Amino acid sequence: MPGLRFDLRDAPPGSAALRREVRAFLAEHGRGWTPEVRGRSWMGFDRAFSRAVGARGWIGMTWPRRYGGGERSALERHVVLEEMLAAGAPVGAHWIGDRQSGPLLLRYGTEAQRMRLLPAIARGEAAFCIGLSEPDAGSDLAGLRTRAERVPGGWRLNGRKVWTSFAHLCDWMIALARTAPAGEGEPRHAGLSQFLVDLRLSGIAIRPIRELTGEEGFAEVTFDNVLLPEDALIGREGAGWAQATAELALERSGPERVLSSYPLLAAAVEVAADPVPLGRLVARLATLRAMSLSVAGMLEEGRTPAVEAALVKDLGGAFEQAVPERLRDLLDVADAPEELRRLHACVTQVAPTFSLRGGTREILRGIIARGLGLR
Amino acid sequence: MSATHDADPGALLAGQVGRLLAARCDAATLAAIERGEWPGPLWDALEELGLPLALVPEAMGGAGLGWQAAGRVFVALGRHGAPVPMGETMLAAALLAAVGIAPPAGPLSLTANGGERVPWGRHVRHVACCDGETVALCDAAGVTWTPGANLAGEPRDSASPGGVVLRVAPLPERLGGEAAASGLALLRACQMAGALAAALDLAVDYAGTRRQFGRPIGRFQAIQQQLAVFAGEAAAAQVAAERACRAVDRHGLAAAAFEIGCAKIVAGEAAGTGAAIAHQVFGAIGFTAEHPLHHLTRRLWSWREEAGTERYWAARLGREVQALGGAMLWPFLTARDDQDPIP
Repeated sequence: MPGLRFDLRDAPPGSAALRREVRAFLAEHGRGWTPEVRGRSWMGFDRAFSRAVGARGWIGMTWPRRYGGGERSALERHVVLEEMLAAGAPVGAHWIGDRQSGPLLLRYGTEAQRMRLLPAIARGEAAFCIGLSEPDAGSDLAGLRTRAERVPGGWRLNGRKVWTSFAHLCDWMIALARTAPAGEGEPRHAGLSQFLVDLRLSGIAIRPIRELTGEEGFAEVTFDNVLLPEDALIGREGAGWAQATAELALERSGPERVLSSYPLLAAAVEVAADPVPLGRLVARLATLRAMSLSVAGMLEEGRTPAVEAALVKDLGGAFEQAVPERLRDLLDVADAPEELRRLHACVTQVAPTFSLRGGTREILRGIIARGLGLR
Repeated sequence: MSATHDADPGALLAGQVGRLLAARCDAATLAAIERGEWPGPLWDALEELGLPLALVPEAMGGAGLGWQAAGRVFVALGRHGAPVPMGETMLAAALLAAVGIAPPAGPLSLTANGGERVPWGRHVRHVACCDGETVALCDAAGVTWTPGANLAGEPRDSASPGGVVLRVAPLPERLGGEAAASGLALLRACQMAGALAAALDLAVDYAGTRRQFGRPIGRFQAIQQQLAVFAGEAAAAQVAAERACRAVDRHGLAAAAFEIGCAKIVAGEAAGTGAAIAHQVFGAIGFTAEHPLHHLTRRLWSWREEAGTERYWAARLGREVQALGGAMLWPFLTARDDQDPIP
């Protein structure tokens, strides 16, 4: 396999103690979490919980101290994320800021943007959403139509974003918009730029969208002549595609692509009538954790493991989706204790998103095929 | 191979093994073993690299390599379907040396209880027999072998009772009563990882050259998506095998049974998926005796049946996890990886 390797990483020194610390915190805060909260995990939004996580220094862990970070390693951060997910913690209010908006600002933002936003993200107070998908631009993101025009003193934003997780509950969006038409002979993704959008600005209408679960986890955001200040631009005008693509590598590689249905697996252990499917799932899980940690190690070294991240997300998503299905070989769900039945019902319903969000299975496999030299 | 591995003695040795096998282990050699011929020159060449004593401590005249290094060699052997019991010899020598018995020269094999079919029995000089409490060095020459074979035509022979036992020593705790079975499971998992990587390379290469509808079939998304699945499975098998080797280095064979089981399960599942996709990509030509693909796929189908099937290991792991309980599963999984012990 040309260039595709997953070197084993060791857990960072002190990880056992760090895990104990996070477990104690979660045991205290997780007492009241219903099966529906734990089943949704990072698809759940709880500002009070995020502030408590921030107070412990577990948001922006790797960022410089002057921006409210903890200057810890990416692998230590990985340990904390794993613990949160294994417990099914409702981490959605800070997940996006910690995972990609903050790192994006660190990499491309101005000093003023960083000072203004990073400490607030790290405290668990500033919630971010991702402004990529549009009604006519999903997997084919370069076809997006939201546009930003230069006006005196800033930018005028018009267009529409959709399927934006928690947009109706967030403070900020980082939106990808067209600032210039792709020129003759240029690729379609030329002329795109990223903007920091304060979701309280006038001209923004946010309509929550009800999911099949009955929850309102995502929204449609309409921009009608929204005036953005000059300093809303992130990074370089026209460099939005490259910046957003780097963001996606972060979005695809984390333990949330392996552990989304872990609480359900753990809940089924004792009542499982057949150990064989259980053993198969556990073997997969142990292997996928090592692969995810391997990608975290590559990121720590400053590499951009786009193909490896796509591969882990594809395999991990398939595992996450297999958990509620295989569980039906383990036990008769209809006769299971109520807590387990509700968890199973919740995960079964959100499972389709595991191979949609953050790049569909088909897009990921296309990236892997390119890595194999087939495209 | 990345720069980080060039300094690793296991990677260096595996590289030598790979180059030697690429040059010497052709389809004719692979076919000959199925007719019962012993590839003497190939064995001699591998022996000259010092492989038989790779896992034996330096104090006993070996190379003193660890299991991660040996694992790389096992993967290389699997990648080329090497038709010699070199992995078995390395394992048998390691077990013998661990109980203080100097490993004899020549090809060796090992067996967990003597009742099962012994890999390469009729071709080896000695067999390390583990009965759960002891390791016995048995003379293979005095045994009457009933020849058998796995799906790939690799010798799997049954011994008549009453072989000559030359030495016996008790199994130490670190190896555990299942040392031979665990070692063989680890070997087969590594070999499967290697064979999967080789079959994937063949399939990707073929998809890039075979043309239909005016273009290489690898240009079709239907084929790309299948090969992407294969790549994922092959990578998982590789990682699972390496994790198991690392666990044996850290904790010993007995305490690494969990990781070995994971590796055997994941590699066995990958073998089924990967072989099916490889054959689908190759079409009819891949089903012929003439095409080399079956040397890999028949080995994959054989190795997943040996040393404990996915079902066997999954039942074991599943029961172990059930004994722990759901609340303890996560602490158990993370503690396996943490370097510092959890009190």
